[in-house]
Amino acid sequence: MSWILLVEQTLNGLQFGVMLFLMAAGLTLIFGVMGLINLAHGSLYMIGAFAAAAVAAATGSFLMALVASLAASAVAGVLIEATVIRRLYDRDHLDQVLATFALILIFSEGTRWAFGSFPLFLDKPEWLSGTVMLPFGIEYSLYRLVLIVVGLLVAAGLFWMIAKTRIGIRIRAGENDREMIGALGVDISLLYTLVFALGAGLAGLAGALIGAIQSVQVGMGEPVLILAFVVIVIGGIGSIKGALIGAILVGLTDTLGGVLLPRLFALFLEPSQATSAGSSLASMSIYILMAGVLLFRPKGLFGSA
Amino acid sequence: MTFKHLALAACTALAAAGAHADGVKVGMITTLSGGGASLGIDVRDGFMLAIEQSGRDDIEVVIEDDQRKPDVAVQLSDKMIQSEKVDVMTGIIWSNLAMAVIPGALAQGKLYLSPNAGPSALAGKGCHPNYFNVAWQNDNLHEAAGAYANKAGYGKSFILAPNYPAGQDALTGYKRFYEGELAGEIYTKLGQTDYAAEIAQIRASGADSVFFFLPGGMGISFLKQYADSGVDLPVVGPAFSFDQGILQAVGDAALGVVNTSQWSKDIDNAANAAFVESFQAKYDRLPSLYASQGFDTGLLLVSAMEKADVTDQEAFRAALKAADFASTRGDFAFGSNNHPIQDIYVREVIKEGDVYTNKIIGVGLEDHADAYAAECSM
Repeated sequence: MSWILLVEQTLNGLQFGVMLFLMAAGLTLIFGVMGLINLAHGSLYMIGAFAAAAVAAATGSFLMALVASLAASAVAGVLIEATVIRRLYDRDHLDQVLATFALILIFSEGTRWAFGSFPLFLDKPEWLSGTVMLPFGIEYSLYRLVLIVVGLLVAAGLFWMIAKTRIGIRIRAGENDREMIGALGVDISLLYTLVFALGAGLAGLAGALIGAIQSVQVGMGEPVLILAFVVIVIGGIGSIKGALIGAILVGLTDTLGGVLLPRLFALFLEPSQATSAGSSLASMSIYILMAGVLLFRPKGLFGSA
Repeated sequence: MTFKHLALAACTALAAAGAHADGVKVGMITTLSGGGASLGIDVRDGFMLAIEQSGRDDIEVVIEDDQRKPDVAVQLSDKMIQSEKVDVMTGIIWSNLAMAVIPGALAQGKLYLSPNAGPSALAGKGCHPNYFNVAWQNDNLHEAAGAYANKAGYGKSFILAPNYPAGQDALTGYKRFYEGELAGEIYTKLGQTDYAAEIAQIRASGADSVFFFLPGGMGISFLKQYADSGVDLPVVGPAFSFDQGILQAVGDAALGVVNTSQWSKDIDNAANAAFVESFQAKYDRLPSLYASQGFDTGLLLVSAMEKADVTDQEAFRAALKAADFASTRGDFAFGSNNHPIQDIYVREVIKEGDVYTNKIIGVGLEDHADAYAAECSM
């Protein structure tokens, strides 16, 4: 295998990773600050993609579509926080799982009712299409390159917000001791709604960005949700830094595993057996990674306490 | 109130009894919610259109949603057989659900008309006189793609499919007819949505063509990413990634792609023209190949009812086997294992006005049966 292919696959893994980060960041914040397991996070991803597809079809503008995806998923987030999620903070995790699973079903069938069962069309804009030549003769998709940059920018923005702004201080304080910051006069309920809307908006943005190169359809969020949970478990629940490192680790393991393992097996197996054994092991690779990390760091890489 | 209820119940009971005495009760289990719902909805709409057009009022259809879950399908099937007491069953889309439901239904003496799933296990050793497949055996469209690749002069194909039984059947089917060598063979994850890694491997492999079987959303993702990758090798695949519902979501990325199908909306015969027109008039969308399969299944059932009574199963089976109906596909006959013998066409994706659709550019395999018929001793 040429090293050019290897570099290209590493970029692919990185791109997959930063998009997973957008999903995982919200999930880990919500879990860290509010102690809530939100299975409906994948539905917010789907809402972002559908809102983007609808606005792109109506206006023809991709940037408008991205704004719409952020807005629609954040609004949906605020709505479900105020009506359902708020009642779950004091409950058992099992109740949270049950209620947010119900939300998945409601959102899926509601979306089908509103948009029909056929996948929607959403494409990247003309000015982001095609490929660019990177140094050393590597041809790479411009859009995926942009995804990597956008993902890293969002990550940088989040780090800045958590570390330097007042709201960030409150979020960190909320993670450490929610009763104490309530006693200090911070409106904890407003803080929770804000964090939830932020997480929802990021998930919606990821849905729209990814929807442009994948298929916008009902149920698109659940596979990503599972990966996002793997990411936050690896990274350590509640840690944004952990989510970023975890997401990139998962992205690289998944992509490079899928490419390299079948080749490894081909050294000592028949080609068709090697393909199927290699691909089977590759689909397990991220879970093996997760198990390995948990063996040595039961709280995840950056888990606190 | 009570009286009304009683009267209503009596009427319903009478109507049900009446329908059952000389008509046919059909149990349709299909996928109407979740990721694969568009296929089930098309099969149902096509089937119901055929029943409606027959003008018969002695066909009762009970429709249930399997949610693409084998356990749900099995429960529904028990309900259909034990409490609804249906005569004929149909509707299942996915091969894994078919394998969970059909053998049991056949063992309990029901007739099964498959409008989509055609697993090899039911075509070869597991064939059954009460089981008729109106669509295709799973390998058929892939075999035609392999035959097309030879004709087009491809000598180095890169092939990929998801790692599950129908995906393995797909690559086997392609290789059964394809005579060139392989530049690479990849099994992807089922439900995978990002194909950057695979496309990079295609680029590096020195292939001259790509064959892929990625049904539903997987195909949409692959085609969009492939079109943007700068790789411009010709692509061929079975119609499952190019049906009417999916094409609109792929857009320009699908234009010019060659795919194989047993049906296309431009097959030139009167039955097909009438079907396309009436389907569009009733449902306000173009039919897909799944809709045509549902429609043909309905026609088959009606044709058998005209010749025989369902209570005389021997005669009814013979009437089904005769396949005496004007199929939307033109020539249609059942082989020895009750699977279709039919032409498989080669189509190309075009744009008609604002709508993406397919146009026939040739015939991939003529009067094609399946590879498993010889193993069926019936």
